[in-house]
Amino acid sequence: MALAELTTYPHRSRLYWMAADALTITKRNLLNYVRIPQSLVFSTIQPVMFVLLFRYVFGGAIGSETSRLGISYVNYLMPGIFIQTIAFGSVQTGVGLAEDLQKGIIERFHALPMTRSAVLAGRTIADLIRNMVVIIIMVIVGFLVGFRIGTNFGEFLAGIGIALLFAYALSWFFALIGLAAPNSETAQVMAFPLLFPLTFASSAFVPVQTMPSWLRGFANHQPLSVAVNAARSLMDGPIAAHAAGSSTGTLAITAIVWCVGLLIIMVPLSVNIYRKRV
Amino acid sequence: MTVAIEVRNLHKTFRGGVTALEDVSFQVESGTVFGLLGPNGAGKTTIVRILTTIIMPDSGVATIMGVDVTKSAQQVREHLGLAGQAAAVDERLTAEENLFMIGRLNHLPKQVARARSAELLHDFGLEYAAKRVLSTYSGGMRRRLDLAAALVAQPPVLFLDEPTTGLDPKSRNDLWEIIEKLLADGTTVLLTTQYLEEADRLASRIAVVDHGLVIAEGTPNELKASFGATVLELSFQDETIAIKAQEAVSTLASAPIQQVENRLELPVADGAATTALVLGRLLNEKINPTKINLREPSLDDVFLALTDQPATVLSEEK
Repeated sequence: MALAELTTYPHRSRLYWMAADALTITKRNLLNYVRIPQSLVFSTIQPVMFVLLFRYVFGGAIGSETSRLGISYVNYLMPGIFIQTIAFGSVQTGVGLAEDLQKGIIERFHALPMTRSAVLAGRTIADLIRNMVVIIIMVIVGFLVGFRIGTNFGEFLAGIGIALLFAYALSWFFALIGLAAPNSETAQVMAFPLLFPLTFASSAFVPVQTMPSWLRGFANHQPLSVAVNAARSLMDGPIAAHAAGSSTGTLAITAIVWCVGLLIIMVPLSVNIYRKRV
Repeated sequence: MTVAIEVRNLHKTFRGGVTALEDVSFQVESGTVFGLLGPNGAGKTTIVRILTTIIMPDSGVATIMGVDVTKSAQQVREHLGLAGQAAAVDERLTAEENLFMIGRLNHLPKQVARARSAELLHDFGLEYAAKRVLSTYSGGMRRRLDLAAALVAQPPVLFLDEPTTGLDPKSRNDLWEIIEKLLADGTTVLLTTQYLEEADRLASRIAVVDHGLVIAEGTPNELKASFGATVLELSFQDETIAIKAQEAVSTLASAPIQQVENRLELPVADGAATTALVLGRLLNEKINPTKINLREPSLDDVFLALTDQPATVLSEEK
């Protein structure tokens, strides 16, 4: 019996199976999240505490700075919180991938005719969907603590879109870390020293103008600030763009270029390392 | 004979300098079960991982149904099933979800994947637990599902890497019955095991692997015949009679006779015929044995002869 004779099902293109495999793995990862709801609950509690902390504890002090820029602190804060929350959520990509690599199921995957990159694609897409759920919760929390859209619903959605695009690009970056880490615990520990300066030496919580001049350059131009500035301008209006020294359009385009650039570098790099590692 | 699996001069050294395979060659005839028998660390799993395209050999050739596993890995993957020692299933998915997922990743159309999943759950007696998450499964149930997952795409060649290691005797027996049923439909199986009993029961040919080398190959009977003799065990009323009997039959044994208290152990080359002669002599001398037993050689004897280590010690080396 020749191998060719054994294939009895209609032939589909490679591209079809590439997408189908990624979808199958996405579904598997989402089911994994749903089966441990505690993880989703607790990973949402932390950002909610951040909102309360900044809105009600630090907000009074920082608020005087932002009102000088013409923006109430809650409106300044929430776009930053959206991006910070899903940036932290993207770490899960690396953790999940490292966890997968420790399991026997990956061996089985590699003896299957599936597309190898589907393990990475399915992981990042599942995390994107998870981030969408988290961001919806955060928007509701935002409205509850007094956040209001300063533009229109369309621009607000565009801001959310930029936040998600940024989270997706970041997911691929953390995938790289997950592939380098020996286990999931280490992947988690490795991610934070990178994430912390990105989140806090940024325009997410405080206006960059209040920082020492040596820090301002980094804080203004690093990708997380770029994404926050774009999202903030799209949600709060031109006054926020002005505070960042630019226009909404320029900020949005800069953010998109950053994200696409990150993806162009990170996707092939991760896929390549994944192929070599297994 | 049609060769389903062929391995020629396979060599593999892992990073860090550990040589897993020295030089391994064997052929598996289509539709038969081939057993790779050996202790932990012998290289059995490395052979399976190479044949299932998970890792690449350093040198040598491995083909499945004539297709080179290193050059045409993708084509090979479409026609093999793998069930491993670490049950490779997703703990947080249900049995149904697991099988459907593996079906889809095997590139089966959705309806086919769904139908196969239902069929296998029925065949493996897991229908009642189809919608249960696997973390609630027992070890034996998990292994059964793992085996079912390997069969989703109805592969003509199946790899079973220590399918029953760590299972209790009841679950092991259940799994053996399932495997035996499978064999009836002409699937080619490569089975690795450290249990002699398992290889003896399931495999039609066996290669004994140790330190990355095939040190013996043949049918279970051939191996037993060449590496262990049939032993005739005789018991007598007391030690004096046993010694008298030993003198009477000493020329018939194919190897030195062991005498312990009132018992004799005679290695006999052609079991039944020699036994008749032995009994004839004893009758002439008016010596009556109290107990007679003809013990066929076990694969344990083969193992002992080949590796100078008792098989029980080898299998306990975990």
